[in-house]
Amino acid sequence: MLKNSIVGYGWISIGLHWLSALAIFGMFGLGLYMVDLTYYDDFYKTGPYIHKSVGVLLAFLMVARLLWKTASPKVAPLLSHQPWEVRLAHGVHQLLYVIFFMLVVSGYLISSADGSSIEVFGMFSVPSVIDSIDNLEDIAGEIHEYLAWLLIVLVVFHVLGAMKHHFIDKDNTLRRMLFPNEK
Amino acid sequence: MRKFLGLGALISGIVLSTTASIVTAEDYVIDTKGAHAFVQFRIKHLGYSWLYGRFNKFSGEFSYDASAPEKSAVVVELETASLDSNHSERDKHLRSDDFLNVDKFPKARFESTRVESTGPGKANIHGKLTLHGVTKDVVLAAEDTGAGKDPWGGYRQGFFGTTTIALKDFGIDYNLGPASTHVELILSIEGIRK
Repeated sequence: MLKNSIVGYGWISIGLHWLSALAIFGMFGLGLYMVDLTYYDDFYKTGPYIHKSVGVLLAFLMVARLLWKTASPKVAPLLSHQPWEVRLAHGVHQLLYVIFFMLVVSGYLISSADGSSIEVFGMFSVPSVIDSIDNLEDIAGEIHEYLAWLLIVLVVFHVLGAMKHHFIDKDNTLRRMLFPNEK
Repeated sequence: MRKFLGLGALISGIVLSTTASIVTAEDYVIDTKGAHAFVQFRIKHLGYSWLYGRFNKFSGEFSYDASAPEKSAVVVELETASLDSNHSERDKHLRSDDFLNVDKFPKARFESTRVESTGPGKANIHGKLTLHGVTKDVVLAAEDTGAGKDPWGGYRQGFFGTTTIALKDFGIDYNLGPASTHVELILSIEGIRK
């Protein structure tokens, strides 16, 4: 029940999915919140520190997720899924991954633009790669903000799709992402 | 005849005074190309230490007459987005609308209006500073740091000047704490004679 099969997801995929979903929502909220903190807020330094650390860890988690997905048997669409639904869902999934990784890179560039590395909860550091572009932090910052909103719009679309399958089509699409298929 | 004499005296007077100003007041271009000029700032961090930063892109000119410093003048213009405090996250914040709002106010400028000698090689340069869209009168305490020929056939003149401004005078009201309401601007420049 850990591994995926053609009929459904195993616990590993399910766990990775919901863990990244939780982290992405948390990161979006934290990101919006921390940029408006002022100098004398307790969280002024801690907020960005957590955001950067979680961001790096989440990037690793997403790489692991992609690797696991590639190594696993492909879960087949339900028979009730229309071809356009399958294409649309796959398109959104791919975009979610692409935008996510662009978001990670842009965030990384903000903090590493001066050549400093990014510390991850005091455990290890990710070194800077690009530090010779003028105003890189400003450009990366703007892109980071736009991508974050774009990702959330896509997530909302993804959730609406799941809701539609669960409440309107009344099929197993959402249930498959909650529990492994017993058979 | 008297009339002519008067006119002649007037003309020679004009010629003399213009020649005099040409001969004595020299014009200089600030050597930003060779980076022998710096526009820096410093502000207290929480009241415990000095934080230094600088503007990397600026240009300027001045004219200087060592024998009559009050005839001197200076103009410096800088790109606010070139702010550099050696910390990308802080630079990004300082360029944002919490502070300099560089998208809206891409340039800052100082232009002297009057130079008042305060001693040998020292002067108060009165002028207008435009920052964050606000223009205010400031006084730059300046000193002549040296002058002479350079090894490449030119002639150079150095200056050092500082002034302290209140951030809120320029419409910047982000709370950095009671010890950090003022910023010292430090101009350390070398001009190459035109």
